[in-house]
Amino acid sequence: MTTVSTTPTKSTAPIASAIAKAASNAPKLPIYLDYQATTPMDPRVLEAMMPYFMEKFGNPHSRNHPHGWEAEEAVEHARKQVADLIGADEREIVFTSGATESNNLAISGVANFYKDKKDHIVTLVTEHKCVLDTCRHLELQGFKVTYLPVKKDGLVDLELLKSAITDKTVVVSVMGAHNEIGVIQPLKEIGEICRSRGVFFHTDCAQAFGKIPLDVNEMKIDMMSISGHKIYGPKGIGALYVRRKPRVRLVPLIHGGGQERGFRSGTLPAPLCVGLGAAAEIARREMDSDNQRLIKLRDRFYKRITDRLPEVYLNGDLKQRLPGNLNLSFAYVEGEGLMMGIKDLSVSSGSACTSASLEPSYVLRALGVDEELAHTSLRIGFGRFTTEDEVDYAADRIVEAVQKLRNMSPLWEMAQEGIDIKSIKWAAH
Amino acid sequence: MTRPVYLDYNATAPLKPAVIETMTAALKEVGNPSSMHRFGRLARRAVETAREDVAALVGALPRQVVFTSGGTEANNLAMRAAGAGRRLLVSAVEHDSVLKAARDAELLPVDARGEVDLAALQAMLERDERPALVAVMLANNETGATQPVALVAHLAHSHGALVHCDAVQAAGKMAIDFARLGVDTLALSAHKLGGPQGVGALVVADTVEINPLLKGGGQERGWRAGTENVVGIRGFGAAVRLAAEDFPQMQALASLRDDMEARLLRAAPDAVVMAPGAGRLPNTSCIASPRVSAETQVMALDLAGVAVSAGSACSSGKIRPSHVLRAMGVAPELAANAIRISLGWRTQAGDIDHLVEAWAALHARAGVSPTGTAGRPLPAA
Repeated sequence: MTTVSTTPTKSTAPIASAIAKAASNAPKLPIYLDYQATTPMDPRVLEAMMPYFMEKFGNPHSRNHPHGWEAEEAVEHARKQVADLIGADEREIVFTSGATESNNLAISGVANFYKDKKDHIVTLVTEHKCVLDTCRHLELQGFKVTYLPVKKDGLVDLELLKSAITDKTVVVSVMGAHNEIGVIQPLKEIGEICRSRGVFFHTDCAQAFGKIPLDVNEMKIDMMSISGHKIYGPKGIGALYVRRKPRVRLVPLIHGGGQERGFRSGTLPAPLCVGLGAAAEIARREMDSDNQRLIKLRDRFYKRITDRLPEVYLNGDLKQRLPGNLNLSFAYVEGEGLMMGIKDLSVSSGSACTSASLEPSYVLRALGVDEELAHTSLRIGFGRFTTEDEVDYAADRIVEAVQKLRNMSPLWEMAQEGIDIKSIKWAAH
Repeated sequence: MTRPVYLDYNATAPLKPAVIETMTAALKEVGNPSSMHRFGRLARRAVETAREDVAALVGALPRQVVFTSGGTEANNLAMRAAGAGRRLLVSAVEHDSVLKAARDAELLPVDARGEVDLAALQAMLERDERPALVAVMLANNETGATQPVALVAHLAHSHGALVHCDAVQAAGKMAIDFARLGVDTLALSAHKLGGPQGVGALVVADTVEINPLLKGGGQERGWRAGTENVVGIRGFGAAVRLAAEDFPQMQALASLRDDMEARLLRAAPDAVVMAPGAGRLPNTSCIASPRVSAETQVMALDLAGVAVSAGSACSSGKIRPSHVLRAMGVAPELAANAIRISLGWRTQAGDIDHLVEAWAALHARAGVSPTGTAGRPLPAA
């Protein structure tokens, strides 16, 4: 056996160790801080999936041979893993292609099934685009939709919700945790209200599932939309929880072979189902420790920014919030300039779905954030693989960029001199 | 026992190794294609490259390709293109994802080969002034029989109708030219051609407006909301590239299949190959054995380590006589005895030997003699 010398030559030792130290602290660029848009896969999820891409490739609906049975067994195990995370029965889990499909299926499915008796839907103005778009299409079909405003902190006004429900209301749809501002709605209270009024409660938990404790029975949730790629699982898979008692009935969106008990036809992608299941199981075991770590990272980041920068505004409530989310507006800087100044950081301005357009976020506008501040908002998402070094580096870059932009800004200069910019009447041109 | 023999490629095909490589690499990357940052842009580029690959396989333009969660969603999306007020004329041998998505459809009859009756189609088109949507699949999943889709499209268009073509089983197994077929929409699935489950596409002609099934973030030009299944889409792209490269090998399966059918018929001379005289996919065989039920055949073959199917792989565990065979005029008793054997990229001559042996042994036990005269009946169980 050969021994490897651990003593470096004396002349290079200090340099080598300095380089090693610097390398360990310098995060790899660009830094991914957009965990609400999508998450990297957890290697353990990938490992669970791989056999189902390879030797266990069967169609889970093939009932005639072991290739099919093996895939089916894996899908059913995954279904149980998903159910276990939210206190549901596995028979209440319908696999879909993702949370967008789940939201479409839940809302239009329940509306269409009960349309002879009820024709009213209640939701919030800050819901995800796929919920709002589904509601708009239902309006075109003759349904009535109430879009409730939210409070300044992004939370629903429960009294307003109560008064919006009528005897024609079929479903209330409220997002569990928000994709842009991270606020967590009072699901248990909403569930109570809905159940006592005999209205179904649907919640889009694409961002909440796997991140915060959820219990469909305790929260009286009738339908819950779930996504794989937001919890370190694969894209292209999601689920809809559909309560069996009292039973929720849906008109399916996708018709065909009658898979998923008729709720959703189409061959189930067994490897993706396995991935969602594995991601859910890891989340169930590690949610507490993940969240403790994320809150520390988030607070560290927030402090590092606000210690050095005045006029930074947090959008959305801080306490009722996803541990891995911050949404900050930086006054007196220009949004695009800020994005250009932090090119090493993958963060989002506005939600990913609409971020290709540079319109100010409709969510921030609904919170009453004024247009200027909405334009300069950043959504920063932290996750399982975010490190302290990355957080420090990111905060420093943002501070530098904001300071640089403010130093160039006449508005900032005026504000420093105590001039109220809103009072200025700009010359017309 | 040797490696189990998989002859159910029309249910799903194993992933090709290069597809696994592409996907394994992709699985380790992060990025939502709608995000503006570098991670997002790289994911977007990967999706667009795959879109070019899929378009190339069927002679379409990249912008005409809309990615979906699979063939079933693609078929459902296409059938919605009809909108309200259009009549739906659907061939009687379509997949359930077309048939069940088309409520109140009128069924187009087919002949014994499984081909749609063009005269009947013409009469149906002329009978009613309202515009129609005609759905005819390119190749049938159970029998492999192909349809004269270009003729259907020509006829339908001359009556102002739209045409949807389900090419889920055909893609990669026969040449497809979207423009030459002249259809308005064409459905594809990845996992039937060596790609992953959970991804498919609808190819949409420029003149057609799609009424989206999934509404939301405006992805796929507003026709299909939802974060793109990037890994699946990249796997799909890799699979269609390979399908084009491996096209000659796929065509060569026809002679293996024909030889297999001849040997099966020698072992059980009263068995019947379905869709006689039809143009068929090179890999598919549907064969009925009058004296042995499909269920018994499938179980016996399974015990012998050979996976085939009775009918198509859907939700129901029960084996029902196929609506496809019934529409072709096959007697219900015979239809209930039909199995589907489908070959694919990993099938070898030895697999077929194994199947033929197991089939011959089963029929010998059932008292069918290779000379064609039935032997003694099975003892009562």
